[in-house]
Amino acid sequence: MNVRVLLFASYAEAVGSDSLQLELPSTARVGDVLTEVRRRISRDVPPSPMMARNAEYAELDELIHEGDEVAIIPPVAGG
Amino acid sequence: MHFTQTELQRYSRQISLPEFGLEGQRRLAGSRVLIVGLGGLGSPVAMYLAAAGTGAIGLVDFDRVDTANLHRQLLFRTSDVGERKVEVTDRVLREINPHINVTRYSERLTATNAAAIVEPWDLVVDGTDNFSTRYLVNDICVRLGKRNVFASVLRFGGQLSVLCAPDGPCYRCIFPEPPPAGSVPSCAEAGVLGVLPGLLGMLQATEAIKVLTGVGSPLVGRLLLVDALTMSFREMRLKRRPGCPACGTHSLPELIDYDAFCGVPAPKPRVAAEHPGPGKVGRLTAASLHQWRQDGVAPRLIDVREEWEHELVHLPGDTLIPLGTLGRAHTQLDPAVPLVLYCHHGMRSLSAAQFLVERGFREVWNLEGGIDAWSEEVDSSFPRY
Repeated sequence: MNVRVLLFASYAEAVGSDSLQLELPSTARVGDVLTEVRRRISRDVPPSPMMARNAEYAELDELIHEGDEVAIIPPVAGG
Repeated sequence: MHFTQTELQRYSRQISLPEFGLEGQRRLAGSRVLIVGLGGLGSPVAMYLAAAGTGAIGLVDFDRVDTANLHRQLLFRTSDVGERKVEVTDRVLREINPHINVTRYSERLTATNAAAIVEPWDLVVDGTDNFSTRYLVNDICVRLGKRNVFASVLRFGGQLSVLCAPDGPCYRCIFPEPPPAGSVPSCAEAGVLGVLPGLLGMLQATEAIKVLTGVGSPLVGRLLLVDALTMSFREMRLKRRPGCPACGTHSLPELIDYDAFCGVPAPKPRVAAEHPGPGKVGRLTAASLHQWRQDGVAPRLIDVREEWEHELVHLPGDTLIPLGTLGRAHTQLDPAVPLVLYCHHGMRSLSAAQFLVERGFREVWNLEGGIDAWSEEVDSSFPRY
């Protein structure tokens, strides 16, 4: 299934884009999106970002569905 | 709460808002807000909350104004460089609005002092610049039941939320564990667009005023993500996590060592240097001074060279007092405040340091090898001359 991924802060910088499309098996969970995106990144980025599914906080074991939008939001600390 | 005619006039444009009204102004005047961190976020928050008539404002920051602050921290002026942030902010806020009370905490918020500092305030604004203090602010707010108006920024992006509200999530609900040290750069390392913390700071001030007055719907249970590059504002709905160790299971026994929790090496004592004593100038290497500055423990820095040399190259945050003017200028310095003196190669600063020590200055360090040693040992981008 096709999933749109929104990337923020260091994840967007590491991927070089603020979004991407992923093709994932129909049994995929939110954590699989993170694993797949991290596989494409060579830089050191925070390993436990906040994950959101359809603009709502999501746990890693949450199932995703065709057409879902998953967001990866790492913390930043600057002030 | 009774307002004078002058005060009514000052606040008339917001009192005239039906949603706000005299009642909103009264609530604000009876409110106490603690701002932790007077950087890019905290300084605009302080200015707007003061102007709006927040009755009492507490300021927490251990740092001094640095030249590299000026592109985004508009509360501070060029002439404030080297001054304590809480003192400059206190002065500016009183100028903005003499009808408010300001309390200064010129210290770092730590697990030891956090409860005593936070307890007397209604609401906390988190304008800190590191994970250790952010987790500490969160945990103390959960423990004492204070709402935390949170924002953080980096490069072109920012995050904002009202945390620790009754039934709302806390910071650990969003980010249970801090990222490994070094995996998230600071603004000093990765940069920040000057206007961005101002933008987020104003959003923080807006949320603080809303929470305090009960006007509107505060950003509780929602995380606002701001991207200045595309100028997009996105919102993510948050959940209070039942398993959260801070606000869910309350399994955090006490405030912890946050630097260790966040993988930050403990601040090192001032080493590799010979301590000053009564009538004795301390000796300091460039590498040690660099370490102190990174650890946030460096004393006030004085450049005793000539103006043209200072213009050519100098250490950020220093104060220029050319050797020839020290005879007059030293009366403006507090002999109890520790000082580091430096020049080109360490000779002029040594005689300046001896001059001060003879006049009862208690802790004066001489930077051995001067700024030339800094270029050689610490930062080769510093031009040598």
